[in-house]
Parts: sequence; C-alpha cells; structure tokens
Amino acid sequence: MSNRVGIEVSIAVAEAVGLCDVDVVAAYPITPQTHIVEHLADLVAESKLDAEYIAVESEHSAISAVMGASATGGRAFTATASQGLALMHEILFAVSSLRLPVVMAVANRAVSAPINIWADLSDVMPQRDTGWVQLFAENGQEAYDLMVQAFRLAEDHRVLLPVMVNLDGFTLSHMIEPITMMEREEVRSFLPPIEPARLLDPDHPRSIGPFGAQDVYTEAKMQQEMALLRSEEVMEEIWRDFEAQFGRRYRAVESYRTGDAEVVLVTMGAVSETARAAVDEMRAQGIAVGLVRIRMWRPLPQEQLRQALEGAKVVAVLDRMLTPGGTGGPVGEALRSIFYDAPVRPRIHEVVAGLGGREINRRTFKEIVRQALAGQEQVRQFTLLDVRCA
Amino acid sequence: MEAAIDTQKISMKSLPAFEALASGHRACQGCGEVLAMRLAMKALGERIIVVSATGCMEVITTPYPQTSWLVPWMHVAFENASAVGSGVAGALLALARKGRLAGDDTKIVIMGGDGGTSDIGLQSLSGALERGHDFVYLCFDNEAYMNTGIQRSSATPRCAWTTTCPLGEEQPGKQEAKKDLVGIVEKHHIPYLATATPAYPFDLMNKVRRGAQVKGPAFIHVLAPCPTGWRIPTQEVIKVARLAVQTRDYPLYEVVNGKYILGKPGKNVKPVSEYLKAQGRFKHLSENDLEAIQQEVDERFAQLQWLASRP
Repeated sequence: MSNRVGIEVSIAVAEAVGLCDVDVVAAYPITPQTHIVEHLADLVAESKLDAEYIAVESEHSAISAVMGASATGGRAFTATASQGLALMHEILFAVSSLRLPVVMAVANRAVSAPINIWADLSDVMPQRDTGWVQLFAENGQEAYDLMVQAFRLAEDHRVLLPVMVNLDGFTLSHMIEPITMMEREEVRSFLPPIEPARLLDPDHPRSIGPFGAQDVYTEAKMQQEMALLRSEEVMEEIWRDFEAQFGRRYRAVESYRTGDAEVVLVTMGAVSETARAAVDEMRAQGIAVGLVRIRMWRPLPQEQLRQALEGAKVVAVLDRMLTPGGTGGPVGEALRSIFYDAPVRPRIHEVVAGLGGREINRRTFKEIVRQALAGQEQVRQFTLLDVRCA
Repeated sequence: MEAAIDTQKISMKSLPAFEALASGHRACQGCGEVLAMRLAMKALGERIIVVSATGCMEVITTPYPQTSWLVPWMHVAFENASAVGSGVAGALLALARKGRLAGDDTKIVIMGGDGGTSDIGLQSLSGALERGHDFVYLCFDNEAYMNTGIQRSSATPRCAWTTTCPLGEEQPGKQEAKKDLVGIVEKHHIPYLATATPAYPFDLMNKVRRGAQVKGPAFIHVLAPCPTGWRIPTQEVIKVARLAVQTRDYPLYEVVNGKYILGKPGKNVKPVSEYLKAQGRFKHLSENDLEAIQQEVDERFAQLQWLASRP
C-alpha cells in the first residue's frame, strides 16, 4: 500500500526521481533547488539509487552532461533555478531540437538584478520558446507525481522531447506537505524502461547534432513543433493511466467554481491554492468568481483554456513576470491571443504581481477581483500590483 | 573491461587501415587540422564515441543529410564538448553496471579547436579533467578562430596578424603571449598529456594511442597549421609544422603521470625566424621582434628541459 507522509517537497521530488531509476544525474547547486540534488546525492551515496552522479562545474555543463547521457541511452535528470536556468538557456534549445528525453525540475526564482532568491516566474518564462514541455505544480503531491509522469511523457516515442517540471521556490520547494508516496514496483509498472530512439553506439554509428542549412532547418523545426503539439494528447493519455493506477486526476487546465462565474482568475503554480481559498471566501460574500489554473504551459492547451474561460465576463490574469516594455506578462498575452478571434470575448484584466517573492495572499486575489470587476483602467494593458513608486 | 584501443605501436608497417572519416570532406585544401584528426582517428579505431565542439571540423564533416563520420559522433555547442562527453561517460558507466550495454569497451573522444578549448570551453574542460572521467581530449590548435574567418584567440601567438589583431601603428598584430593551455591542463594532474603535430604522423598517432590506453583523462595538444589563416601555401603546411618543432617554437613532449618526457632533440636546431618567415601572418616582423621571440622560445625550451630533468 502507498503511504502518506509529511515530507519537504524538494525531498519528495528527489525521491520520485529516485523511483524512476535514473541512470545519470548532473547537477550544480543553486538556491532554492539545492535540496533536490542534495537528496539525490544521498540516494546515490546510500546505494538507494544506482546512478552516476556528476557534480558539474556549472549549470551550463549540467544540461550539457544530461544531453550526453541521454544521447548514450541513459535516463537523465537535472534540476536548477533562476540564474542557473538562464545560464542553461543556450543549451535548452539543443536538448529539444535533438529530441532528447531529459527531465528537469526548476524551483522557480527571480533573476538578477537585484539579486533575489525568492519565487516568481521570471526564470522560466524566458525559456518559453526553447521547445520543452513545461508543466507547473501547485502543491507537493503534484510536484512529486509530475516527476514520474514527466519521464513517461518525455520518453514516449510519439514525443521524445525534454520536460521541465516547475515548482515555486521556497513557497513550494521548501514546504513540508502531506504526500502520498509511491512504491518502486508501482512506478515500474507505470513507467516502462527507457527505449532510446537514437544512440551513440559504435555498433550503429550515427551523427547527432549535424550542421543543418537553409534546405533542412525549417523542416527540422516543423517536426519538432509537431511532436510538441502531439505531447498534449499523449500527456492526457498518461494522466488517464495515472488516474487508473493511482487514483489522482490531472488535467492540462483545472477549473474551480467557474460554472456561473462573472470573473475568473487565471493562475499558475503554488499561488493557485491561495487563489482557491480566496475564491471560496469571495463566493461566501456573494461574488461570482471562479479560478482557472494552467498546469501545462507548453504546449499551450489553447482549446481547453478557451472552453474553461468561455462565458466569463472578465478574466483576471495573474502573471508573476513582467515582460519589460510589453503588454504585461506572458500568460495575459497568451489569453488575449486565444480570445482575439472568439465571437464573444471576455474583458482581460492583466495583473503582474508577486515579483521576487513578494507575498501573494487571499487579500491580493480579492483586490485583483475588485479591480477587475470595477473595470479599473489599465495603462499599457496591465496593472503592476502593489507597487510603491510611479 | 578496458577500452578496445589497439596497444601495438604504430609504424609504417603497422599503419591502421581504419578510417573514421569517409573521403570527401569540405575542409580547405591543405588543412592541417583535418589531417591531424584523420591520423588521430586511425590510432583510436572504431570503438569510440566522438564528441565535438563547434568549429571547422564540425562544419566540414556534417552538412546534413551527409556526414563524414563512420563512428558515432555528437555535437551540441561551442563551449560544452567536455561536459557533453562527461555525460556520455556517466551513462556508459551506469548502463554497463546495469547490464544494458552490449560491451563496455567504448572510449570517449572529445575534441575542439583552440577557441573551443582554451577560450570558451576552458571551464567545461577543466571541470571534466578535475572529475577524472575516462576520455581522450584532442585539441586541434590552429591559433585563431579560423571557422569564423581568422579572429584572434588566446592561443594566437604574440605578434601574429589576425582580423581582430590587425597590423596598425598602435598594435602591430597580437600584443599578448599565447596562453599556456598545456601548462593549465598539466596542473590538473591527469595521467597523460602530450603535444603533437601532423608533421610527425607516427609520433602523433602513437601519442593518441598511449593517451587512449590510460584510465582517466588524457589530453593531446596538436599544433595544426591552417594555410588560410596562417597565410601559407597549401603545399607547405607540413613543412611549416615541422619547422615549428625544429625551431623549438613548438617542442614535442609527453607528461606521463606528472613526469615530463621531452622528444628526441633535433640534430640542428633552426632559428625561430625560419618558422615565422614562412608564414604571411608574421611577415611584418622586424629584426627586433624576431630577436624577442627567439628569446621567448629559448626561455620556454630551457624551462621545459628543466622540467624534464626532474626525476
């Protein structure tokens, strides 16, 4: 029987990776990701995980090393955050383009300057277009479950793409939460052994990562795009299997009390639990408010989002990253784009908040909903909430 | 199981027929680098995985859908070949331990040019050397960024012309000395380190083979003349590479477990001016410049002799 324990989410994430029987872990320490790779080092040192642990000299080398390991046929994992993810940026494109099924956990954190170690999404959002599947966990159970699901999705031959599992730094990564742990045998029956599609193998020599000129580059990008789009339905299939085996249901987009909602909040990550509590309190006061939470950010589940938000008069989007000089944040932009051609468009109230770990609580969501319903004017199509200057 | 590298000493009689590269590459005529690479691969044989940094050798061998490589080969980026190779090494160990490899006799060969090794790739090389993975690193040093059109690197020698250290009144060529990459690698205390050039093909092949036989990192630094960037006639590449050695500008030696072993001294040492005057990139040098460079060459060689004299 599975058991439910109180455990730090980072430790649980490492335990999940351990259950997946990874072959190579390459890692470099960075707050707030460090507990994940420390615990993986413990698992290897204590012979609980039979993997090569490569303590590399930078995040750039961490992502490069897992590429080499994956191309050799190993199941490979790394984890990072913030500056580390930014340093990996160049190589992230190559992982997806070479179709290597690497899995990475990202403990989301602000990027410098000023240097700031606390949560927001300004590390991951600039990686949006690197071609990775990008999933966002709301709580510890989800972060734990997504790790196992991520390997299965990445390695599915209809997909063969890297998967990034995001969890908010500190506010999720360092929380002790009740998590139902899986058994090794259960994970084995859910996640088949890796069957590498292309290998560095002296018996079957292959050139991986060649020079591709104008005549092939577009086709390579199109194939990659088709695989990424395909991953949405493969993920749904994996989630159905996961529910059948473990009883926990996952969807690309989660809706909460949206049925008759006049205003619907849209969130990602751990603040979504706070948002749900705020929705309950506002509902008790008679405000017709609901919540839509995005779990799968890339590929963007456009149709599911459109359906989930259909009928809302106002969509109040929380973005935890400012796109400087732009129209607010990436989630707001995506929703505007989805609804531009719709026959009935909701008004989109875009809010940027929670930067660098600034607190987001139930009052924050109530204020967002109040402003959204009041139709508060937005300069350049967004509001930077709770800012003391300007 | 040891890597399947032939241990036989390579001579004219035992020259391996094996080629890792199909004929018909796209390098410049007279390229010293592709010749050195071909020789190195002959010494290594077919049980290898090659990880290549970005550079001439990557571009000229793999214009998709064609490839020159008859052995497994991977390229990711400019600065990370050593890190990619580290991951390959990790996976080979883990998969062999778990019984998921047919044989575990594969040797990892990582290669890069001087830019990919002593500039942008120095950090990942240092990391891989320190961690002690089992690989051979081949640095093909043609003393500038030749793939992008002859720009200065830290490996460009003092006074040489490149497009980013041009000949002006203020700065006639590169003002700084060549980075001592081999010295930096030596300080990682790896089991095998050697210098070589394609002008001495058997010396090069045997050093590569010795490097491949040690367990842990081996580093072969190859001076690979580039006729395009050095401004030399294509038929004189080997002659110029030989002059580099004969003038002691580029001495051949090995460092085996910390012990320096200097190559056999030439019968008549030539002045470095013979090597420099053979190259268009040095054609602006004055007699004073030549004297100063000769002094540097003598000092470097004396230092090397002192190192080799230690027990």
